[in-house]
This record gives sequence, structure tokens and C-alpha cells, in this order.
Amino acid sequence: MSGASAVEVVGVTKTFNVGKPNQVMALQDVSLSIRPGELVSLIGPSGCGKSTLLRLIADLTTPTAGEVTVNGKPAHQARVDHDYGMAFQQAGLFEWRTVARNVELPLELRGWDKKRRRQQALDMLRLVKLPDFADHYPWELSGGMQQRVAIARALSFDPPLLLMDEPFGALDEMTREHMQAELVRIRAATGKTVVFVTHSIPEAVYLSERVVVMSPRPGRITAVIDVDLGGRDEDTREDAAFFSKITEVREALRAVEATSPEPLEIGAVRGVDDR
Amino acid sequence: MTLSARARHWLPPLAVGVGFLALWELFVQVRDIKPYLLPAPSLVWEQLRANLEQIWSATLATGANAVVGLVCGIVLGTAMALVASRFRFFREMTLPLAAAINAMPIIAMAPLLNNIFSSTSAIPRRLVVTIVVFFPIFVNVLKGLTQVHATQLELMRSYAASDNDVSRKVRLPNALPFLFTGFKLAASLCVIAAVVAEYFGGLQNGLGSRITSAAANSAYGRAWAYVVAACALGLTFYATSVLLERLAMPWHRHRSAG
Repeated sequence: MSGASAVEVVGVTKTFNVGKPNQVMALQDVSLSIRPGELVSLIGPSGCGKSTLLRLIADLTTPTAGEVTVNGKPAHQARVDHDYGMAFQQAGLFEWRTVARNVELPLELRGWDKKRRRQQALDMLRLVKLPDFADHYPWELSGGMQQRVAIARALSFDPPLLLMDEPFGALDEMTREHMQAELVRIRAATGKTVVFVTHSIPEAVYLSERVVVMSPRPGRITAVIDVDLGGRDEDTREDAAFFSKITEVREALRAVEATSPEPLEIGAVRGVDDR
Repeated sequence: MTLSARARHWLPPLAVGVGFLALWELFVQVRDIKPYLLPAPSLVWEQLRANLEQIWSATLATGANAVVGLVCGIVLGTAMALVASRFRFFREMTLPLAAAINAMPIIAMAPLLNNIFSSTSAIPRRLVVTIVVFFPIFVNVLKGLTQVHATQLELMRSYAASDNDVSRKVRLPNALPFLFTGFKLAASLCVIAAVVAEYFGGLQNGLGSRITSAAANSAYGRAWAYVVAACALGLTFYATSVLLERLAMPWHRHRSAG
């Protein structure tokens, strides 16, 4: 693998509502480097800026200061070049399109012809194990199946990077664990780099090679924990090493809580401004 | 739906309707109610059969006015909504105005429009229908074009899709169910408007004018027969709108079936 990073975040600060009374610093001086083929989870309490960081990588929002590089180019260029696929907590399927035509949408926008599009969509649906649902409408599918379609759609144009914003957050626990195993399998089959936002500690540990722990007010990275559990399968969840990693992440998150006592939102923002 | 499920679906309202007519007939016969107060269903039925030809031609005349107005109103309303969805300034200017005008009894303009055009013209009543139809279409389609799911818009942004692509592939299909909500509303309104617009003089070829002239001539059974035809016309329009909705949006079929 080349030395270039899949994602390079350098000294990024993001402030919302600049100059207004409700000014909020969502991220302060965040730096993060993600290697090609790596799966990195971003975890932290709400307001820690984990979703904002993902959206900065996706160029869905722009940094107030600092730089985001994706695939060796500025984030904006990477978005224009379709260098990443994205999946959200809401599957966001278009209810007027069949499952296959949902998967085809990004290919339509890239100007693929109909036959090639259809073939690729069917391949992707095989990858997420839904080949028999190509001509169904989204409402006919369960929440977990809809999320699979969303993943198939994100991968349809074969981007090197997959950005996922709590994609399994709305699913029940059983479906969720199943989807995690599916993601491990799909990633092994495709070799994609994945950035995964979650608020579930076991999910982060099960999926990731690295867990990035973040803290709020202002959002920043407080710990990066390497997770070396080898190949994941259902036995991993009962592994002692799995539990000790969960404990490690949990303690890193507790340390976050200890350093930021609750009732000082305004004070914290002011303190940042003074620096 | 199976046959028995279909029967279970239709039988109760049908039974209520037939029972209601039977009670009505019984009430009129037993209490000897005069036709100018309330004619018996049997009398209305008799008149309906006796005047079938005139009723049919009046229904066609009013139906034509309603169709022309409906189509014009839908085309205008949709076009204006497309413009309004593109230009924020235009939208903020027109939407409150449209909502206000929508709350006004537009039918009240019918006699004034009659004065503007000649008394042999069908234009004033078609104009009334167009205006009545325009507002629910405009307001609903605009809603559909602008109220797009945030995730879907973010997704299109992540694909670096152009504004044009977002309109064609997301906003327009998203507006379709809203269009049909407006359409179903307009389908009922347009018949009401077409009939009532005839109450204020002008051309004497439609259901509304026949109802007023029959009533003026104390032919109450006949007047009611025309009212029944007006009801049937309204139902036909509504049923057509429901059918078109199903055809245009196969992905929505579960809602009516379930």
C-alpha cells in the first residue's frame, strides 16, 4: 500500500454561527490521518462533533480553519470526483424508485448506460445479499434491508472510501449485530476504507482497527485506541480481548466526562475564544 | 383483495345507503310530505328516467366546463409552483397571498365574471373553475417541491449532483403525491364550482341552470333528478382522480390496499 493517506485532516476547526450570540465551536484543532483500507470509528457523546467531522470529510460542510484532504486531493474535488460513498442513519431511499433503481441513481448521474447500470446494481445487491429484491419498492423492506440497499448504493460506483454516519443507529440490537457482521464481510470483500460514526462502544470496537474518542465543548479528539483483534466473527463478541478493549474505550470516554463538567457551555466557548 | 374481502369492504356503506333511501321513502309516504319540501326517492327516480336525455346533455355541458377548468388550473398551478420553488423571493411573495385567496369564496366572483363576458359564453364559468382549482394545486405542489427529506438532499450533494438533477430526480417525483392530494381535492371542487357558477345566469345548458329553472317552475322532482346527476358527476371526477393516482404512483398502492 502506498504511503498516501486515504483521509488527512490537519488542524481543522469548525465554528457555527460565526459572530452571532449562538456561536458554537463544533471542532477545535482536530487532526486525523486514516490509512487506505483502514476502518476507523469516531465515538463520543452528542455534541462532540463526530458527525461534523464526517461531514467535513464529505465536503458537505467546510472547515472554518484547517485542511481536509481525501484521496490526496482537497475534499471538494474528492466529492466532485465521487471518491466516496455515504450512508446515513436514515437509509434515505427514494420511495418512488425500486430497490435496483435506487442503487442505480449515482450511476445515472455519472452517465452510465442503462444496461451497464442494471448489471452493476444487481452485482451490488448480490454483495449485500438482496438479489431477489431488485424490483421491490423500499416500503416492502425492513429497516435492516433498507440499510443494506443504502450501502449497496454507496458502493455502486466503486469509491475507495465509505463514510457512514450512525448507519445502524435506528436498528434493533439483533439486526444491528447482524449488520455489523455484514459490514465486516463486505469490507473484506471490497477492501474499502471506512470512516464510521457511532455512539455504541461495542459496535466501534467490533468493527474498527482504530477507535477515535472525541469530547464535546469544543469538539476535539481526546484518545485514539488501536484495536488489534484480528479477523472478526461471532466469537469475537465473546472474546476476553474484545471486552478489555470495550473497557478501554469506555474509560477513555469517562475521562472525557471528568474533564468537562456539565453546566459551562457558555464559559467553555468563551474560554476557547480567549486562547 | 379477494372477492369476499371486497364484499366486506363495500357491503356496509352500500347497506347504509340503501337503508337510508328506504327510510326516506317510508318517511315521505307515511307523513305525506309535499314534494316542494322533500320529494320521495321514487319520484326522483321517475323524473330521472323521464328526462334522461336532457340530463345527460346537461351533465356533459357541466362536465366539459369542469374538465377544461380542472386542466387549466392544474397546468397553471403546477407551472407557478415550479417557478416559486426555484425563486425564494417569488415564493415568499406568493405563498401567503395564495393561502389568503384560497380561503376566499371564489365562487362569489361568478356573477361579476358573467358581466365581463357575453351571456352565451362558457368562459366565465370555466374561469371560475380554473381559479378554484389553481390554489390547492399550487400550494400542494409547492409543498412537495420544497419539503424534500434532508437525507435525500445530502445524498445528492454527496454525489455532486447539479440543481437540475436534484429537481428532476428528487423534487419532481417527491411532489407527485402532493400533486395528487391537490388533484383529488380539486376534482371535487371543480364540479361544485362548475355547477354553482351556473346558478348566476349566463348560458342555460348545464346542470346548475337546469336545477334553478326546474325549481323555479315548481318541478321539484326534476330539480332533484338534476341534483342526483350533479352528485354522480362529482363522484365520477373523484373516482377518476383516485384511479389516476394509482396509475401514476405504483409505489403508493400499498396505502390504499392496506
